[in-house]
Amino acid sequence: MSPRAQVYILAVILTLMGAGLTIYKNRELGFPLLPGEYRTVWTIEAKVRFTADGGPVKASLTLPRAQRNMEVLGETFSSSGFGFNIVSDDDEYRAVWSRRSASGNQSLFYQLDVHQTPGAPLEQPLDLSTEVEQPFLGAREQEAVRQAIYSLVEGARDRSADTRTFTTQLLTALNDPRNQDRNLIFGYFKDRTLVDVALTVLAAAEIPAHRIRGLYLEDDRRRLDPEDLLEVYDGRRWVVFEPNTGNPGVPRNFFIWQRGGKSLLDVEGGRNSRVTFSVISNDVPARDVAMLSTSNEKEALVDFSIYSLPIEQQSIFKLILLVPVGALVVVLLRVFVGLRTSGTFMPVLLAIAFIETRLFTGLSIFVLILVLGLWVRFYLSRLNLLLVARIAAVVVTVVILMGAISVVSYKLGIEQALTVTFFPMIILAWTIERMSIVWEEDGPYEVVVQAGGSLLVAVLAWWVMTNRFVEHWTFNFPELLLVLLGIILIVGNYTGYRLGELMRFRQLVR
Amino acid sequence: MGRFNFNQFLAKLRGGFVSPFALRRLGVLGMNARNVHYIARYNDRDLYPIVDDKLNTKRAARRHGIRVPELIAAFDSQPSRRRVLEVIEPLWQFVIKPARGSGGKGILVVVGREGENYLKPSGAMVTKEDVLRHVSNIHSGLYSLGGKPDRVMVEALVDFDPVFDKYSFEGVPDIRVIVFRGFPVMAMLRCSTHSSDGKANLHQGAVGVGIDLATGKSCHAVQRGLRISRHPDTEMPFGELVVPGWRDLLRLASSCYEMTGLGYLGCDIVLDRKRGPLLLEANARPGLAIQVANGVGLRTRLKHIEAMDLEQLEKSVEERVNYSMQEFAAVRTLEQKSA
Repeated sequence: MSPRAQVYILAVILTLMGAGLTIYKNRELGFPLLPGEYRTVWTIEAKVRFTADGGPVKASLTLPRAQRNMEVLGETFSSSGFGFNIVSDDDEYRAVWSRRSASGNQSLFYQLDVHQTPGAPLEQPLDLSTEVEQPFLGAREQEAVRQAIYSLVEGARDRSADTRTFTTQLLTALNDPRNQDRNLIFGYFKDRTLVDVALTVLAAAEIPAHRIRGLYLEDDRRRLDPEDLLEVYDGRRWVVFEPNTGNPGVPRNFFIWQRGGKSLLDVEGGRNSRVTFSVISNDVPARDVAMLSTSNEKEALVDFSIYSLPIEQQSIFKLILLVPVGALVVVLLRVFVGLRTSGTFMPVLLAIAFIETRLFTGLSIFVLILVLGLWVRFYLSRLNLLLVARIAAVVVTVVILMGAISVVSYKLGIEQALTVTFFPMIILAWTIERMSIVWEEDGPYEVVVQAGGSLLVAVLAWWVMTNRFVEHWTFNFPELLLVLLGIILIVGNYTGYRLGELMRFRQLVR
Repeated sequence: MGRFNFNQFLAKLRGGFVSPFALRRLGVLGMNARNVHYIARYNDRDLYPIVDDKLNTKRAARRHGIRVPELIAAFDSQPSRRRVLEVIEPLWQFVIKPARGSGGKGILVVVGREGENYLKPSGAMVTKEDVLRHVSNIHSGLYSLGGKPDRVMVEALVDFDPVFDKYSFEGVPDIRVIVFRGFPVMAMLRCSTHSSDGKANLHQGAVGVGIDLATGKSCHAVQRGLRISRHPDTEMPFGELVVPGWRDLLRLASSCYEMTGLGYLGCDIVLDRKRGPLLLEANARPGLAIQVANGVGLRTRLKHIEAMDLEQLEKSVEERVNYSMQEFAAVRTLEQKSA
């Protein structure tokens, strides 16, 4: 295969790999493609309060299970003096606080951060019992109540086609204050909630059902009581109903805490136990959310990446990852324009220094050091030193110049000039040496051309490297470097004319 | 010293750009195409040391019976630099150059003495200390690619044929011939001017004179990309310029193909009064200014040779030179251009 074909195939493979990984990270892991994207993260805090009797205490709280539309990013517990662990019991997670002896009012906290993602919240099938326990409506219940319940069931059954419509009809009836049967039932079950009653009636109709406990996520809500939804088995799958409207489906922003099963909170050795919730929303950078949600699963792509490095190294890498972009700028300018620079990739190093110093400070400091350095270098050239010693002397001079610039500008109150330290000293010294040779051999015009070319390329590279999109992409999607590599390979295959040559060979055409 | 001429710069800018299609139609070779299609394809990397180190070039030339300027001495270590003074002590004229220098950098030409001091062609004085420092710089690798330590060569100054005296100012002209797969394809004479500081670099303001391969006569001349007909300093018209012993010169250039093995090669040749053409250096990455000097694109000629079959390629030096002189004559190129 010809080298050219190999280059194209390689470039296509690299580009596809890079783009594929990027799309995967964006779609599956939720890394944002654009900078400055924020996601809402809900912090939900459950506060368990009870009065301890003085003896051994054990409090257990059902914890939410992972849900498809909510990602749990992290959880924290606060339980001073209590032993704490999480037990898994019959497909249910429960937080258990325990203590040998406690008395007085106790408060225990469980807090978790969740992020809402699009999609249906519930997973089917759910392995919950579909057994129906007939409500005990024995002698103690009045005949009238029993009649009312069955009349409700019959009424709803007449007006429905299947279990779903039946449930909706039933809930509508239970919410209708003009319905005599309903009023009679609520008059009898005075202390029961709508969902309690609905469960009783559904049991009487021999329909498997249970309650769902959860919270409506709204910002800045305190002391919320959990709210209930109704889940009904229609013979094939479980369907959730909002009890007040009778509409099927989980309402938006509803965070399911407990689904079926046991009680929400059990306290042994205490009284007046109660659990309340508070909800706050935070706007968090989308990348942090993606990082948190993948950190649990240890995604290989994230785990074996720069994100696993300490923060300090990460910030260094943030800069290093920009170098290839600068190199691409150099390649493009060299291959398509044909700009002459002193040292092929010296402009990239300059651009990196400019990132730290800001452009105009950097430019003026660079020109100042170059001019002063050249001046010193011309004197040194008269002293008959060996080359390496002379360059070392220039390095020392550059360092002294940097110190002087820092101190003088600081005293003058120009703090920006302190960033002079970000310039690579050895590179500066070599540049000065090369420039002075160019001056001697080719004259000052060539020095201006080469220094100007280098600065122009450096400024362009700086401009691209400080673009916030480029910064975002290189750091969050380092696999895009493969795409960059592909582009460089293809550019390396360009055999057309450079822009400068269109001017250079002008005379041949005329 | 190459002074910055603002008017010329403006004229350059005003001229603007030409379309790449026009350049392509004229067969102009661009830098990118040169690098990919010719240098990378026809020049093996392992052959570079022969041309990149002038001492190696000299050795190879001697083996192939190619005439070169006489080497007086070579030094490859810093401590030997005192020896340099001993070697040049009896000499009046000599050249000190780095073995791996490129683009004519680091060449010190001495044309005479004045007491303890030496004289450059421009008349500037050079002290012994200056010579020592220059030698030391060469050793340290100041002029070599990538700053690698370098060797110092002391060469006899070529006794230049006076035919070009009127065409060069404060310096000596050399002839660059591009040799492709053994066939000379284009040639130019580089004449230094006052503004090029006696150097034969076109981008510093030297005059490039295109030489007709068939006759050795000048056919075109440019300075700083603009066509001229007379030397800017000596006012000599280029129309009368003829390179003596042209066939010999082409033969020498052509035989550099066997010597170096490089398919795409630039040979820099000077004319000695007595010895005739001498190979100054060979270049594996010859520049493209030769097209400007000739006013003709290289690519058409390179393509012509690329289209040859193996039998045609396996010609002797003599046959190749004959073929080129016939095929690439300026008259024929003009015909093609107008056709």
